[in-house]
Amino acid sequence: MQITVNGKSVQTREGITVTELLVEQKVKTPEYVSVELNGEILDRETFPATVVPDGATVEFLYFMGGGAR
Amino acid sequence: MIILPPGVLADLVAHARAEAPVEACGLLAGAGARVQRSCRLTNLDGSPEHFRLDPREQFAAVRAARSEGLAILGVYHSHPATPARMSAEDVRLAFTPDFHYVILSLADPAGAVAKSFTVIDGRPVEEAVLHEEPET
Repeated sequence: MQITVNGKSVQTREGITVTELLVEQKVKTPEYVSVELNGEILDRETFPATVVPDGATVEFLYFMGGGAR
Repeated sequence: MIILPPGVLADLVAHARAEAPVEACGLLAGAGARVQRSCRLTNLDGSPEHFRLDPREQFAAVRAARSEGLAILGVYHSHPATPARMSAEDVRLAFTPDFHYVILSLADPAGAVAKSFTVIDGRPVEEAVLHEEPET
């Protein structure tokens, strides 16, 4: 099936979960990634059980933060 | 190398001064190595010593940049009272590959100092900050 990941068209398999998609996309630190699926930000706890539907738009981005010390 | 045009740098300094003593933070949108504009974001930590971007604002900034044909090249934050260097926490939390990490220090009363870093194999590497395209 065809989905859009971070603005790019991607071919992937049907039934893939968000967790599996992050692995497929070679995300090294999924625990520090936020995911938006069709415009909705997902709770991290739901990644393993959330199936990405055909034609979905997925955005993911890394946590960004830091400190002065 | 990163190119921060004078107008963009002025925006970063103005943002840092407006938020001080809290750390200011945001994203840098552009193409190639040239930043075209900054995107001011909320520091969810609201702290003088820490910052954390709001993911909702991050997603919105990414979409806005993409709609303009730009990409997010990096993230910036201010150090209101300490030098422009990557702290251990900055490095530990630098997850985004191929990103520019710009730090703006207000610690020197003589003027703001901006430095940019990349993180390679877990180590910060300072890179050149240009204000105009280099001559070829």
